[in-house]
Amino acid sequence: MNSYQQAPGRIDGRGLSIRLGHGSEAFEAVQRLDFAVEPGEFVCILGPSGCGKSTLLGALAGHLVPSSGQLNVDGQPVAGPSPERGMVFQHHTLLPWRSVLDNVAFGLKMQGLGRAERHRQAREMLQLVGLADFAGRWPNQLSGGMQQRAEIARVLINRPRLLLMDEPFGALDAQTRARMQELLLDIWASIRTTVVFVTHDIDEALFLADRILVMSPRPGRFIEDLRLDFARPRRASLLTSPEFTHLKRHCLALLRHEEGRELPRLTPLGLPDTDHPPLRIAL
Amino acid sequence: MTRNLKRWPVRLTSLLACLLFWQLAANVKLDLGLLTFTYVPTPKAVLDAAWQLLTSSTLLAHLGSSLSRVFAGYATAALVGVALGLLIGRSKWAEDTLLPPLEVLRPIPAVAWIPLAILMFPSSELSMVFITFTGALFPILLNTVHGVEAVDPRLVASARSLGAGRWAILREVVLPGALPSIVTGLAIGMGTSWFCLVTAEMISGQFGIGYYTWESYTLQNYPDIIVGMLLIGVLGMGSSALVKRLGALATPWYRTRRAS
Repeated sequence: MNSYQQAPGRIDGRGLSIRLGHGSEAFEAVQRLDFAVEPGEFVCILGPSGCGKSTLLGALAGHLVPSSGQLNVDGQPVAGPSPERGMVFQHHTLLPWRSVLDNVAFGLKMQGLGRAERHRQAREMLQLVGLADFAGRWPNQLSGGMQQRAEIARVLINRPRLLLMDEPFGALDAQTRARMQELLLDIWASIRTTVVFVTHDIDEALFLADRILVMSPRPGRFIEDLRLDFARPRRASLLTSPEFTHLKRHCLALLRHEEGRELPRLTPLGLPDTDHPPLRIAL
Repeated sequence: MTRNLKRWPVRLTSLLACLLFWQLAANVKLDLGLLTFTYVPTPKAVLDAAWQLLTSSTLLAHLGSSLSRVFAGYATAALVGVALGLLIGRSKWAEDTLLPPLEVLRPIPAVAWIPLAILMFPSSELSMVFITFTGALFPILLNTVHGVEAVDPRLVASARSLGAGRWAILREVVLPGALPSIVTGLAIGMGTSWFCLVTAEMISGQFGIGYYTWESYTLQNYPDIIVGMLLIGVLGMGSSALVKRLGALATPWYRTRRAS
């Protein structure tokens, strides 16, 4: 896309700690992190569940306030959420009452752009993520993969310095996830924004990143800074190459203390809903 | 659809059986000791009375005053209830200052307000509107608060990340997110406001369906009592259906989710 103005997106963290919780239950989710990310770099933060990698992402987005240390983006301290630091969650946060097109155009509406112009740009962005035919749908009429594509389009329309992604494909099935990873790399090839991508999936991190920061269990600290020089564009065949396997073994050794990830229990009727027990039983 | 069609004969038969029982019981002046049909008019007498009311000019006066009272009280309750609900749901400060007094007032039935309302308002007309308002306010208010508090905090965080300010979050995220719950509150409030209006009219009205029903009792026009009751039922049902229909139009995304 020619109209895309590339913004820098340099991240500097100095002695960064973030405390979560209140009173005696408070703990340090990440501790004294020192790191820098170059503009346009694709960085994956890899670590076991609960190690604080999403906490760091929350701080970069401006939703969480560091308890000590500095966190700068292009020399400016992060202060609150901003459209310059776009965030994609694991489950989509599209507004259910807006069409896909209006959802993608949301950031431009907040900037005060006229309806025609923001729809034009939103259509362009939907084209880029392959959702041009779904502009008029409600978000809940899309599949999980399409919802995440719409979410990515909605963030990118703001021309962010940083694209922050919190296990964005973690809830998708394996095939959809693989396709989304290739799509994300294609998009990133045309829009060279800085990407910070959080995942606990070693294959995903190795496939996507220029660089992997490996995090230890709580309190989170970086235990490895891994640079990857696999050629781009990357395709699925990379996953079976010897170099890939070698690096995967290395990452597995770093994360070998990881316990099994706790997944929500499933019943034949779907997810158990503990918040709202069925009324029928009570009656 | 075909299954629904097949079920209609049974439903109609059931209704007709009830009517038939009513006709027979009223005809033979059935006396069950605890319950007597001695003074209950027959369906035929009710039908005649209804026809008489429909063709007379008083119907419009009664309907007009009841509808305008409900409209005034309900519309005020909808505005105040939604505004206060948004405020209480979004602000801890508003919750602490506004909710305690409202929680004290809430369990008082609107009917219990009638004597004080007559003393407080200059006209009985205004006091009736106030009773209608009180009846509709709490279901609307509480459903709005509940709807606002149930809005997914991730949606709010994400909207902030996309550049939305305080006002835009209220308009674009919180209000539409709470809307299905607000619509439920509005539908319940419509029912309670009719209930309260009819009671208020029975005590302090001149004109109005409630007044008509009670007046028929004091004048011993027993068929007219049932005409009044049926009118109240039809009006309450119609206005609730209208609120639900308008609510469904205002929340189109909600319908597609349930359909899919």
